[in-house]
Amino acid sequence: MKKYTDSGKKDTRSGFGDGLTELGKKNKDVVALCADLTGSLKMDDFKKNHPERFFQVGIAEANMIGMAAGMTIGGKIPFTGTFANFSTGRVYDQIRQSVAYSGKNVKICASHAGLTLGEDGATHQILEDIGLMKMLPGMTVINTCDYNQTKAATIAIADYEGPVYLRFGRPKVANFTPEDQNFQIGKAVQLQEGTDVTIIATGHLVWEALQAAETLNEKGIKADVINIHTIKPLDDDAILKSVKKTGCVVTAEEHNFLGGLGESVARLLSTQHPAPQEFIATQDTFGESGTPEQLMEKYGLNASAIVNAVNRVIARK
Amino acid sequence: MADYKALEDLVIQVRRDILRQVHKVNSGHPGGSLGCAEFFVALYNEIMERKDSFAMDGKDEDIFFLSNGHISPVFYSVLARSGYFPVEELNTFRLLNSRLQGHPTTHEGLPGVRIASGSLGQGISAAIGAALAKKLNNDNHIVYALCGDGELQEGQNWEAIMYAAGNSVDNLIVTVDLNGQQIDGSTDNVLPLGNVRAKFEAFGWDVLDIKEGNDLKAIIPGMQKAKERTGNGKPVCVLLHTVMGNGVDFMMHTHDWHGKAPNDEQLENALSQNPVTLGDY
Ligand SMILES: Cc1ncc(C[n+]2csc(CCOP(=O)(O)OP(=O)(O)O)c2C)c(N)n1
Ligand SMILES: [Mg+2]
Repeated sequence: MKKYTDSGKKDTRSGFGDGLTELGKKNKDVVALCADLTGSLKMDDFKKNHPERFFQVGIAEANMIGMAAGMTIGGKIPFTGTFANFSTGRVYDQIRQSVAYSGKNVKICASHAGLTLGEDGATHQILEDIGLMKMLPGMTVINTCDYNQTKAATIAIADYEGPVYLRFGRPKVANFTPEDQNFQIGKAVQLQEGTDVTIIATGHLVWEALQAAETLNEKGIKADVINIHTIKPLDDDAILKSVKKTGCVVTAEEHNFLGGLGESVARLLSTQHPAPQEFIATQDTFGESGTPEQLMEKYGLNASAIVNAVNRVIARK
Repeated sequence: MADYKALEDLVIQVRRDILRQVHKVNSGHPGGSLGCAEFFVALYNEIMERKDSFAMDGKDEDIFFLSNGHISPVFYSVLARSGYFPVEELNTFRLLNSRLQGHPTTHEGLPGVRIASGSLGQGISAAIGAALAKKLNNDNHIVYALCGDGELQEGQNWEAIMYAAGNSVDNLIVTVDLNGQQIDGSTDNVLPLGNVRAKFEAFGWDVLDIKEGNDLKAIIPGMQKAKERTGNGKPVCVLLHTVMGNGVDFMMHTHDWHGKAPNDEQLENALSQNPVTLGDY
């Protein structure tokens, strides 16, 4: 079993902020827009270093998306920053018409996604954004798992031509992927090799999947663990290869089971290689206030929930 | 004539409630809450014609919508101290399984809340809808709403503002918490609001200023005047000039305490500036 160590807890949003800082230095076309959440999105450095390329739009997300779409027409690469809820649900038609349908090179960068936003509660905890974004034709959807991966993804999406939704979070979490990783959009990362079950995780659930795999290993269950940072386009080959080997799958995400990663995997498997699947996801519910850990426990989004789901899915093989 | 001494005591107790709520969970929004403490106390005790118990439909009483939902600590404190739910429940603010969510919600059934808010810019629309329902029901009561000044940057407000004037929604009083601050700095630095009075007037509203928005002796007559101006074919806007963080010296006149809780020492200092009046929860 491969060993993964946490090099020190860090928030994924800081990965975004630091990635943006680096992009600012090396790519003159990168511009950033923010809707009164500069500190929360960790965009202060970019703002300080490149005031002429930073646009504070105020609390006006719809205008921000429209402006970003317009800036691409002058060859700029706009990165918009606000919370995930206000990056998606709030501005869905603006994204749909001005960005996705118009094929504009806008990077929609969304922090505080999911339950781990914590105490602010359900008004701010979007659990539907992956679904909203993946349904838009031509939209790339990325949900990164730690600081290093978020930083690498932020830098990588600047070189990709097309609309991207980049989803990350608020709390400090384990940082365990390599600092010098080569982030490839649409390419799954195999974290553990196993033959009994495939665990496919995205975002904050990837670390939990690794913890679950260790627990399972002690009981003699060998799990294939795959980090799907890109939910769209999905790495069909990596998933099919793994499930053909293991014969069953658990998907894990900080999102509603309707519309999320799990449904994308289910669609793939049902058409190409039907196999039993269990979903670690919220069950068509809104969130609530609480600490991130309490919420992940209450809504069944942690390592022990994954272990239980693995036991259930293996029994169904 | 209002009993100003009793109301002042209540304001101080509400400040304590705000500070103690956010301190306990190390999160929440004290700045805007403190700035609106006097307004809430005046509204619920002297201005609104309301029933003692809560009914969602709000028939035959004045009702209130909080659009800037992040100032939930002041809303919860005043609701509890107006008898809508036990003041002890303020202890559960932002905790797991609580009815006192980070931002107000109807989802857990907290008495006093009629619609969720937190995502900014939606409250005036809801208030217009409720005001129109009152007209349809021949219910001669007023709908109140409060929104932030930074919040006015959201375009939906201006859709609502245009609608209300264009359709003579004159049983509506929208108060703007004009504290000049938002998250990233002053409203002037983030996105200047320009002349808010002229904007509302240009859209067709009847606008009043309450220059001393942290003085009960200005707020109560000011809101009474606003009430008198309803029913004249125009929606009424009150520009409430407040100080963010009012009543705690180190929190005043800055955006720093928009969404940050005091630590133990800061709490002690803040509470010592506002000694117990009615009793802590
Ligand atoms: C649609 C939306 N965008 C962004 C936010 C994040 N946010 C919460 S409060 C706030 C600032 C609000 O400013 P203002 O209305 O002036 O309130 P004050 O800071 O004075 O309390 C922002 C940007 C939000 N809650 N909703
Ligand atoms: Mg303000």
